[in-house]
Amino acid sequence: MAQLTYRESVSLAIAQSMRKDQKVFFMGEDVGAAGGVFKATVGLLDEFGPERIKDCPISEQAILGAAMGAAMSGLRPIAEIMFSDFLAVCWDIIANQIAKTRYMSDGQINIPLVIRTANGGGSKFGAQHSQSLENWSMAIPGLKVVAPSSPRDVLGLMASSVQDPDPVIFYEHKSLYAMKEELDKTDIEIPLGQANIMHKGNDVLLIGLGLMAQRAKKAAEILKEKFNVDATVLDLRTLVPLDLQSIKREAKKCGQVITVEENPRLCGWGAEISSLIIEHCFKDLKGPIKRITTPHIPLPSADILEDNTIPSVDVIVDETLTKLKIKKEK
Amino acid sequence: MNSKNINDDIGESTRLKLWETMLKLRLTEKKAYDLFLQNLIKGTSHLALGQEAIGATFGVLLEKGDYTFCTYRGHNHTLARGSSIVGVLGELMGRQCGLMRGKGGSMHLTDVENGVMGSYAIIGAHIPIANGTALASQYNKTSEVTVCFFGDGTTNIGAFHEALNMAQVWKLPIVFVCENNLYMEYTAIGDVTAVEHPAADRASAYGMEKIIVDGNDADEMYRISKKAIDKAREGNGPSLIEAKTYRHSGHSRADPGKYRPDEEVKDWVENKDPIKIYRQRLKDFNINETKINSIEEDMIRQVEEATEMAKSSPIPDIKEIYTDVWADGGSEWHN
Repeated sequence: MAQLTYRESVSLAIAQSMRKDQKVFFMGEDVGAAGGVFKATVGLLDEFGPERIKDCPISEQAILGAAMGAAMSGLRPIAEIMFSDFLAVCWDIIANQIAKTRYMSDGQINIPLVIRTANGGGSKFGAQHSQSLENWSMAIPGLKVVAPSSPRDVLGLMASSVQDPDPVIFYEHKSLYAMKEELDKTDIEIPLGQANIMHKGNDVLLIGLGLMAQRAKKAAEILKEKFNVDATVLDLRTLVPLDLQSIKREAKKCGQVITVEENPRLCGWGAEISSLIIEHCFKDLKGPIKRITTPHIPLPSADILEDNTIPSVDVIVDETLTKLKIKKEK
Repeated sequence: MNSKNINDDIGESTRLKLWETMLKLRLTEKKAYDLFLQNLIKGTSHLALGQEAIGATFGVLLEKGDYTFCTYRGHNHTLARGSSIVGVLGELMGRQCGLMRGKGGSMHLTDVENGVMGSYAIIGAHIPIANGTALASQYNKTSEVTVCFFGDGTTNIGAFHEALNMAQVWKLPIVFVCENNLYMEYTAIGDVTAVEHPAADRASAYGMEKIIVDGNDADEMYRISKKAIDKAREGNGPSLIEAKTYRHSGHSRADPGKYRPDEEVKDWVENKDPIKIYRQRLKDFNINETKINSIEEDMIRQVEEATEMAKSSPIPDIKEIYTDVWADGGSEWHN
């Protein structure tokens, strides 16, 4: 048994992949000597040296460009973009180059790389260091989109992402870095495209991702304990590939569906999931699908403002009760 | 000055290869233009007529396994690496015989078998990517060289500067080749650039030598390029070459190039055309004119044959729309 934090599982996951495959290397800003601004890559430079752990200049296009080119010649790079907000700086390399080159080259070129990035709010960093941007990459054909919600999932999904033949954007949640988990095994693989049932119930389906999956799970525990509501919590874990079979099965079983998203309302991933559920499970639904999202705003910084923006456990509980027409007792 | 003896540092057989390669590029692109006029090529296309000496030089110098990256004006560089004429024209015409069977088109020619790692249509994007194959060679301790071609306009985009810095910091085995044809697209590069030589004047900022060469003189291109390639292959880091050249036609199919003074165009086409210069060079070396002409006639025949093959090639199956989005060969994003 080992107790690992989410941040420790990031460096362990990278190390495990690098020990197994000489083709894997890691690059990013302040990732080596400094061990990462979130201390999620501590120890890697000592173990693997500067040829495989590459400290880079503040040049996001150069970082992802080099990662792409290296992947094109058969290496398996893991590149860090310090905050997911900075993906905007190198979005051409991601959306136009990394995502499309396999298709445009008629399959001549493979791009097996992982872009890992710190995503999401909760740190009061304001509008440019707090966004949840999974839906940006979900909209681009050719990318895979992963967002682990626990130390175990970091380990298992990173192992699969590194071995995957396609480019993967790996969204780590800043507010989960300190999360601890007891693990009996660390050398694990979780296939991409396999959602995780975090809580079982028949009354309502809560679909989440990353931090929102963890909050939905806590909400489900409260709903059970205080209101005798049985919720299923489905952590999607990956948006592309998407585990549509699990979504359909659980939506049909529960008949009531709520998506819990950290992103702004418009074009969030919950909209696509809702559309799929309506397309495939309309007759089984007992009511409209509810989407819990942040309002359609840039994220504010002050405690009270941010805390009232990102969906909290209380909000998820309240919205679920409202949807099920259950009165909250005082 | 060129020596009078053709068996100098370049030599007769290399010169004939340069001649043949330049003709391949010139005649294929002229054919592409004709096919446009016949509406057999759709979309857009960016010809590099007049800039052949640069791509041809690297085509002759590079070895199998070396990597090249070029822009949307990349027919020349692709053909120079050994890609087939029918593969290039077929791709422009959207036929099954095209290099990417119609999935990429004129601006994205790719031929990995010949080291052509893609043609990139977002200005500057490929410069950081080219660093990546160079990084892989360094990481694997192998001796391939990466060459990255781009235009003068590219020197004003951020990716260029990020990539040059990183290449020098890591001493990557790469040669950056700026083809300065004096116009970014429709605007004279001098009107929008802070320095006279858009690439070479930036070299010192990245600890690189200032190298300017007459890009229309294949012999000069050959000598300068060989030094840079050797330097990279020996592990001594990147070079930045600025090759002065001129495109005979406009920026793209839609552009008649009216913003350029007639006298300027006339001068470059009549007096500084790389093919004219090299034909005279070979004659000056007393190469038999029959030999010079027979290489040309042979290339005309090859281009005609390739054109007919491309015309008779089937169009792609519409099922191809859904292939190769992901590595399993398909486009499914859910189970």
